[in-house]
Amino acid sequence: MKEPVIKVRRLGKKYRIGLRRERYRTLRDVIGEWLSHQGMASGTADDEIWALRDVSFDVHEGEVLGIIGRNGAGKSTLLKILAQITYPTEGEVEIRGRVGSLLEVGTGFHPELTGRENIFLNGAILGMTRPEITRKFDQIVAFAEVDKFLDTPIKRYSSGMQMRLAFAVAAHLDPEILLVDEVLAVGDVAFQKKCLNKMDEVTTKGRTVLLVSHNLEAIQHLCRRALLIDRGAIVRIGDPEQVCDFYRQLVQGADGNRAFSYEGGNYKIRSVVIEGEGGILKTFAPAVITADVAFAKKCSDPHVHLFFRNADGTNIFGLGSGDLAGQTVVQASESFRFVFRIDEMPLLSGDYQLGVKVRSYDLGINEIVPVEFPFRVSQTPVYGTTPVSTRWHGNVGVRASVQILPSRDLKVQGA
Amino acid sequence: MSDTTLIKVIRPPRGWWSINWAEIWRYRELLFFLAWRDVKVRYKQTTLGILWAFIQPFVQLVIFSIVFGRFAKMNSDGLPYPVFAYAGLLPWHFFAETLNRSSGSVLGSTSLITKVYFPRLIIPIAASVSCCVDFLIAIGILVGLMVYYGIFPGFGILAVPLLIVLTLMPALGAGILLSALTVMFRDVKYVVPFAVQAWFFATPVVYSVSVVPARYRWVFMLNPMSGVVSAYRAALLGTSFHWTYAALTLVLGIVLLAWGLFLFRRMERYFADVI
Repeated sequence: MKEPVIKVRRLGKKYRIGLRRERYRTLRDVIGEWLSHQGMASGTADDEIWALRDVSFDVHEGEVLGIIGRNGAGKSTLLKILAQITYPTEGEVEIRGRVGSLLEVGTGFHPELTGRENIFLNGAILGMTRPEITRKFDQIVAFAEVDKFLDTPIKRYSSGMQMRLAFAVAAHLDPEILLVDEVLAVGDVAFQKKCLNKMDEVTTKGRTVLLVSHNLEAIQHLCRRALLIDRGAIVRIGDPEQVCDFYRQLVQGADGNRAFSYEGGNYKIRSVVIEGEGGILKTFAPAVITADVAFAKKCSDPHVHLFFRNADGTNIFGLGSGDLAGQTVVQASESFRFVFRIDEMPLLSGDYQLGVKVRSYDLGINEIVPVEFPFRVSQTPVYGTTPVSTRWHGNVGVRASVQILPSRDLKVQGA
Repeated sequence: MSDTTLIKVIRPPRGWWSINWAEIWRYRELLFFLAWRDVKVRYKQTTLGILWAFIQPFVQLVIFSIVFGRFAKMNSDGLPYPVFAYAGLLPWHFFAETLNRSSGSVLGSTSLITKVYFPRLIIPIAASVSCCVDFLIAIGILVGLMVYYGIFPGFGILAVPLLIVLTLMPALGAGILLSALTVMFRDVKYVVPFAVQAWFFATPVVYSVSVVPARYRWVFMLNPMSGVVSAYRAALLGTSFHWTYAALTLVLGIVLLAWGLFLFRRMERYFADVI
C-alpha cells in the first residue's frame, strides 16, 4: 500500500479561552502577568480549552474525506492546522504534496480593485502562479459570469457577483491536496448547483480533498469516507452514510424528525415528516407536517387525517385535510402532498405518536394506517422556568397567567 | 514547481526556527501582488493619483524651508537650505513611511492571516516595497532642486542603491518588530506615531549634525537614522563623510533587522490565534 498523503498523529490544539474570545492582550495584562511571575505561554488550567485532542487518521491519495461535526467541535481547527494557519500544541502531521486551502472564498479581495485585478490577486493569495492564472483566466470569468464587469471595481458588484467571482477563482485552484471549508453555502440555488458540479469534477479527477461541511447530502454525495468530530475528538470514521446517520442521531437525539413511510394495499404513504423551527419541535412554536401519499389510481378527493396521540395512545387532537380545506375535491392525480401547518404546537415536551388516516371515496379507501409514527417535542420553558412534566402538566400547553392576592375574608375553620 | 513531492511536517513549534528564505522566495509572486495592490489602491479614486507621492514631501519641504530655513535660520552646512533639508527629508520620509506602513500591515491583513497560509513575513516586506515606489518618485523632487540650485553630485550618487539598503534595514527591522508587537499588544498602534515624531527630531533632518556638540555625537549616532541622513547628504551634496559612523549605522541596521526578524518569527505562530 502506498504511503498516505496525510498522516495525522495524536494531534492536539489547546487554546486559552482569552485568546479564543478575541480578547487581545494589552501591555497592562503582560505587566500584570510578569508581576505575578507568569510567563507568556502559561495560563491556569481552567482558562484552557482543548479544541482538538488526540486526533489520528490517514488520508490516502485521491481520497475525498468529508469532515462533519457540530459547531465548535474542532473541524475548523483541524483544517486550520492542516493548512498551516495555526500550529498544533501537540502531535504531528505529515503531508505529501502541495496543499491548497479554501477556508473562505474571496480571501484578500480588495473592494477598490477591479474584477480582473482581484482575480490575479486572489489567485496569488490562494497559491496560484501568474502563468497559471493567465491560463485559466477565461474559464474563471466564464464560470463567474462577470465578463461585462471585469474592469469595474468589485465594490460596485452585487454580493452575489462577488461570491461568484470568489468561488470561480477558488474552484480553479488545483493543488494535489485541497482543503475546503463550507464554501458550498454561497450564492443562489442555481449557482450552488454549479458549485456542487464543480466539486464533483474536482473529486472525480483523483485529487485528494478534505471537505468540511454541514451539508450532509453534499458529504454523502461527494465523499468516499467521512469523519465525525465531536468535542475535539474523532467519534466515527468510515462510510459516509453511516457516519452521517450517526451524526444525525448525535445532533438531534430522539428529537429527530425522521421521514416515516408505509405501504398499504392500494395506497402508499411515501413519507410523513414533522418539522419544527430549526428541525426541533417546540411547544408554542410553529410546526409543519408534510405527508406524501400515492394512490394506485387517479383520484380527485384525497383526504388525510392526522391523530396526535400521547405515549399511551390517547388521542390529544386531530387535524383533517378535508375539515381545514373546506372542500375535498381537487385536481385529479395519483399522488398528493399534504402540508399541514400548525401555528402554535400545543403539545408539551415528551414522546408522542402520529397516527394517519387516508381516505378517498373515489377509490373506496378509508383506512387508518396501522402503524404510528413516533415523534418528540423537546423541552422548552413554557411555564416560567419550571421544566414541564406529564404528571403535573399533562400533554397540552396553555397560555395562562395567575394573580395571587392577599385576602382577609376567608378563614380555615378551627384555626 | 519541481516534480519531487514536497513532504511537510507540521509540529508544535519549539524554540525558534531559522527563517525559511527559500519559502519566501517561492512566494515572491504573492509578495509582488501584495505590494502592487498597496500601490494601486493607495491613490485610487483620488483626482491627483500618483502625484500625491510628489505633493506630500514637497509641501513638507516648503514648510520646513520657511520655518527652519527662513525664520530659525538653521545652519545648513553652507548649502541652500531647501536642498540641505530635502536631502534629509527624502530618506526620512522613506524611513517613516516604511515604518508606519509595515508596522500596521500585519494587523491590517487579519483576513489573510486567519484564512490562508503563506510566510507571514511577506506582509511587512510587501508594505515596504510599496514605499520604495513612493521613494523613487520623491527622488524626482531632489533632482529638480539640485538642478535649480546648480548643485551637481560627484561619484557619490553611485552609492544611492547602497543607501536605499542602508535605510531599509532599520526601517524594515523596526517595522517588522512593531508589526508583530501590534498583533499581540494593540497599544503599540498608538505609540508608533509619537515614537516616529520623536525620532524625527532626534535625527538631523532639519538641522545639521554639526550643531551637536562633538562630545555627544557618538550618542547621537546610536540612532541609525542619523547615520543614514548624513550618508545621503555626503553622497548627494558632498558634505563630510565619516566611515566610522557609516559602519556604526550599518551595524545598528543589521542588529535592528535581526532583532525584528527574530521577534517576528517567535510571535508569528500565535498570529492566527490572537489577531
